[in-house]
Amino acid sequence: MSNEATLHSQQEVMHGAHDHHDHEHHHEDNFISKYVFSLDHKMIAKQFLITGIIWAIIGAFFSVVFRLQLGFPDATFPWLESILGHWAKGGRITPEAYYALVTMHGTILVFFVLTAGLSGTFSNLLIPLQVGARDMASPFMNCLSYWFFFLASLVMMASLFVQTGPASGGWTMYPPLSALGDASIGSKIGVDLWLISMALFVVSQLLGGLNYISTLLNMRTKGMSMTKMPLTIWSFFFTAVLGVLSFPVLLSGFILLLMDRHAGTSFYLSDIFIAGKALANEGGSAILYQHLFWFLGHPEVYIIILPAMGMVSEVLAVSSRKPIFGYLAMIGSLFAICILAFLVWAHHMFVTGLNPFLGAFFVLLTLLIAVPSAIKVFNWLTTIWKGNIRFTPASLFSIGFVSTFISGGLTGIWLGNSSIDIHLHDTYFVIAHFHIVMGVSAFFGMFAGIYHWFPKMYGRFMNNTIGYIHFWVTLVGAYLIFWPMHYEGMAGMPRRYFDYSSWTSFNQFGGLNQFISIVVILVFATQLLFVFNFFYSIFKGRKLTEQNPWKATTLEWTTPINPGHGNWPGEIPEVHRWAYDYSKDGRDFIPQTEPIGPNESAH
Amino acid sequence: MHTMSIQRKKIHPHKYSLWIAMGSITMMFIGFTSAYVVKRSQANWLAFELPHIFWLSTAVILLSSLTIHLALKQFKERNMQRYKQLITLTAVLGVVFAACQWIGFSQLKNSGLPLSGPVSASFIYVIVGVHMLHVLGGVVALLIMFARAYRTRIRTYSPVPIEVAATYWHFVDVLWIYLLIFLSIAR
Repeated sequence: MSNEATLHSQQEVMHGAHDHHDHEHHHEDNFISKYVFSLDHKMIAKQFLITGIIWAIIGAFFSVVFRLQLGFPDATFPWLESILGHWAKGGRITPEAYYALVTMHGTILVFFVLTAGLSGTFSNLLIPLQVGARDMASPFMNCLSYWFFFLASLVMMASLFVQTGPASGGWTMYPPLSALGDASIGSKIGVDLWLISMALFVVSQLLGGLNYISTLLNMRTKGMSMTKMPLTIWSFFFTAVLGVLSFPVLLSGFILLLMDRHAGTSFYLSDIFIAGKALANEGGSAILYQHLFWFLGHPEVYIIILPAMGMVSEVLAVSSRKPIFGYLAMIGSLFAICILAFLVWAHHMFVTGLNPFLGAFFVLLTLLIAVPSAIKVFNWLTTIWKGNIRFTPASLFSIGFVSTFISGGLTGIWLGNSSIDIHLHDTYFVIAHFHIVMGVSAFFGMFAGIYHWFPKMYGRFMNNTIGYIHFWVTLVGAYLIFWPMHYEGMAGMPRRYFDYSSWTSFNQFGGLNQFISIVVILVFATQLLFVFNFFYSIFKGRKLTEQNPWKATTLEWTTPINPGHGNWPGEIPEVHRWAYDYSKDGRDFIPQTEPIGPNESAH
Repeated sequence: MHTMSIQRKKIHPHKYSLWIAMGSITMMFIGFTSAYVVKRSQANWLAFELPHIFWLSTAVILLSSLTIHLALKQFKERNMQRYKQLITLTAVLGVVFAACQWIGFSQLKNSGLPLSGPVSASFIYVIVGVHMLHVLGGVVALLIMFARAYRTRIRTYSPVPIEVAATYWHFVDVLWIYLLIFLSIAR
């Protein structure tokens, strides 16, 4: 590809093919092009965020409903029948509804909220703003990315309302249960809609990921070398790389599953009897699906956690007024996690009959992840160590993230051992582990990001008092919910059961389950408080009066309070130093745009 | 734009995106082919010959790579008439390629290996079918280029779109050759 070609088309790209106008004068947008099919990365970020919030409310509400069943298996709740109809006859959800709820809870939270809602929001918002670009490499593809996500959301939403209910074989959608419509009521059209929705979702993620990578590698402003980028950008980079390489493999697995469901193939099916009748399928292997699924599935958990890590690093440095400790080690550990993410998928499959010799390698590689994770934790702690910490809601959530990441990460070392995993596999111990390390931590990172960058998004602040209530109830609540589950799991209590009360060994946990369910309701109510705060503050929050409210060094705070499409009214600022010059040479902070002084050494 | 000077040495972002997309598509086929390898090592694997028409389709797609390369050259020399002819020819060859693959499917079916037959045959349908869809996606892109070339109101002088299309086209070509070699050897 010729270089002169690149030169010719530069003009077009720098503007994005859509707006051939000077950024100095105001461009009139109509409602549709400004709020609906917007090409502005900031608006697309908000679209991702608000869609994610709506999904989060639905997904979390589902968990409240099935926690009611687990905590109070004998009670009836007549209001459930009025919203769920025949799925909750007499005010008690049916086993089929229970499975549908847990499956949808997992799918919604993992994919729609913590993947699209988290990296979709903040990669879109921060990559152009923090690297100094006017927009994404391809604003049109970026817009498509959101609308594919929206379509995926519509299809998934529709699947909740079909007569046989949504997919209900667990969020991992293992065959043969998911491959055979006759296997259960939740394996009928619900699974087809689930697969279609997820295929659209993968397309959305790929379009987004391509854009993130090419924007941050190609469109950085003058002076912004890779090692001057804030850690947020590094984490979005590795997140996008993981997504671009692993989602297509998941799509392969889904295509084969769809063929098994409708074209009579036997990729995953062999020697199956349904209701005493033998099926013709021969020669397939259900384990094959697990390999394809977990080859995505494991990187997926890092797709969820890496953006949170990046934002926490940034917020912790800003709020403790200190440079991030071990900047290069932070990048190195992100890279190490990114590589290892692809080499550990079989640790989800220790009890599938995996060769124990092979298992030993996966144990080793899995435990190796503890090294970069520990480096990151050490660096976060040393960043806030003796810092002049400003306890904003964002910094509290970041510190909370470090706490839950440690306590959830440690149990990963237990589960990563194939021999201990034989006992703990599919118990509540696993539930506790991944909810703390991936669910709660990623949410904390997301909350930190929302509180911190809300002023950039809407030009207003969120309410601090509600923020503090939100933080403390959520932190205490998260531990009260998930900590006891470790004990249940160690006692061998399996996950995915509808009712444990007839099971004598687990009767002792009846009271504990009630307790967990009550806390779940309280925490859910507090999240609604956050949602109220979010939407209220968009319109009525305290207005921003200065460009740089947190006294941060990064480029997004050099834009106007309400930046237009194009971000900077004049020239894009040039960058001269790294993003973490806090408390340097007696100054509180030095913006990245300030040249290195004569008596100063660059970082 | 003011910031252009520093952008000059860099590869065009759209091309960059394309390269990442090609990596992504490659991962998808690695997913398929590694599933194939895993299945092949298990019991009840039925080996059979690939339909011979696949060799013809290989020749067709190789030829189309040549035509799109020439089209790009003509575009840069602003021989728009030649350019239009060549991308039309490329698109037609793309459709012929897809048709050959389709004939291959019916040959397989007639020799007693339907889609719902042995797993080894099902894999051929899925892998070749998904590749075919990628070629047809390229044909759609060429149709858009074709429509653009006939626009009179707005003229495009930027060769980036055609370069992106050509690179993608060579990519699906190389992908097919890889798949053909893979499926012939690992039977």
